[in-house]
Amino acid sequence: MQQPNSQPCAETMLRETASQTAGPYVHIGLALDIAGLPPREEEIWNRLASPEADGEAIELVGRVIDGNGDLVRDALLEAWQADAHGDYQCEFDLRAPFNSFGRTATTAENDGEWCFHTVKPGQATRRDGRLMAPHVTLAVFARGINIQLHTRLYFEDEAEANAACPVLNAVESPTRRQTLIATREEGEGKPRYRFDIRLQGEGETVFFDF
Amino acid sequence: MPRNDNKRFVERDRNWHPPAYAPGYKTTVARSPNQAYVSMQAPSVSELGGPDFSRLRMGPHDNDLLLNYREDPARTGQAGLPIGERIIMFGRVVDQFGKPVPNTLVEMWQANAGGRYRHKKDGYLAPLDPNFGGVGRCLSDDEGWYRFRTVKPGPYPWPNNINSWRPAHIHVSVMGPSISTRLITQMYFEGDPLIPLCPIVDTLRDPEAVETMTGRLDMARSRSMDCLAYRFDLVVRGELQTYFENQG
Repeated sequence: MQQPNSQPCAETMLRETASQTAGPYVHIGLALDIAGLPPREEEIWNRLASPEADGEAIELVGRVIDGNGDLVRDALLEAWQADAHGDYQCEFDLRAPFNSFGRTATTAENDGEWCFHTVKPGQATRRDGRLMAPHVTLAVFARGINIQLHTRLYFEDEAEANAACPVLNAVESPTRRQTLIATREEGEGKPRYRFDIRLQGEGETVFFDF
Repeated sequence: MPRNDNKRFVERDRNWHPPAYAPGYKTTVARSPNQAYVSMQAPSVSELGGPDFSRLRMGPHDNDLLLNYREDPARTGQAGLPIGERIIMFGRVVDQFGKPVPNTLVEMWQANAGGRYRHKKDGYLAPLDPNFGGVGRCLSDDEGWYRFRTVKPGPYPWPNNINSWRPAHIHVSVMGPSISTRLITQMYFEGDPLIPLCPIVDTLRDPEAVETMTGRLDMARSRSMDCLAYRFDLVVRGELQTYFENQG
């Protein structure tokens, strides 16, 4: 017979507050300019790096596409990435040249594209000492998304690092791994990486649970 | 620079949260992944860290929706207040072990008392309130408490079933200590008869999960001749202590 207290004591631990969709008006709360609201003293937005930041200035752009192939024009995205040296700058400070966190959105305008202005991240190290290929963690919130979807954006011109990345290799299907690789274009004075997020169906982006 | 990767969080219970595909809420049908999520067996700094917003500069009324959006007094000759039931919405951000989460960013947005959002895309019949924007933010204090002053939002109809109505709700976003604890939810109001009729609430399979999203009237914190108070505690994923190194 099992010891009566050998079960995990679920009652000693609180349940997480349940998630709900961010809804169609997420921009009012988290992207005021998009909703047409005046800015507050400081807003969290899509410029992670100023011209003074170390590293190569780049743009990240893309669309969010639903299972019908239609553009999702009411999404909010959050980015979390290392600086050019592979270190996370956790203290958010708009006066600093680089912040690891940023937000962007898709709307009816601009062909439904989101955009981040940042620098190419360096390689961050895992606890086991293994290097991860340069990447940006993205979270997608929108109407019809009940809890945010997490993905990672990798860079196509980092083929060697990508091939050795333990997280990319944890995606069993090599075909699906490709959904995490942003393609490089020549942007306006700096490289632009394109990363479409497909929520469902053909070419569905890999989403992570962590 | 703290490495952030010697911590772990209690695994998120995906059966407790609403599933991605919840056809009663029709928009999920084309926006839910078909493939299984890839589990990160060894979360890294990329998952375990998160932004600290202690240095984000905020205005004096960022958490006071009664005052943070006002029609230009020069035009109207008076500084007005929003129409609606004045309320205090407050609570504590704690983790699953009951540990307070201090200095974390809590953001919220809502419709006005008539159920209308101040958003380009909202064309509901109910009018905009010239003195109400509908957005707030604050940092939790040293003991995890946060607080907003606002008006109670109205319910509103939305195109899902032929006659679907959202219960009165306030959208709430909390960061917590890591992007792993990041959460967006909605606070409903205790006793609202629209709660059990709502297709979005119904995406949750466990009635107890609905209870975690229900703000409760707190007469002790209300102010006589001024406003009622609703308490809404936010529980984010618990941080586990890692006492032992893995072998190998």
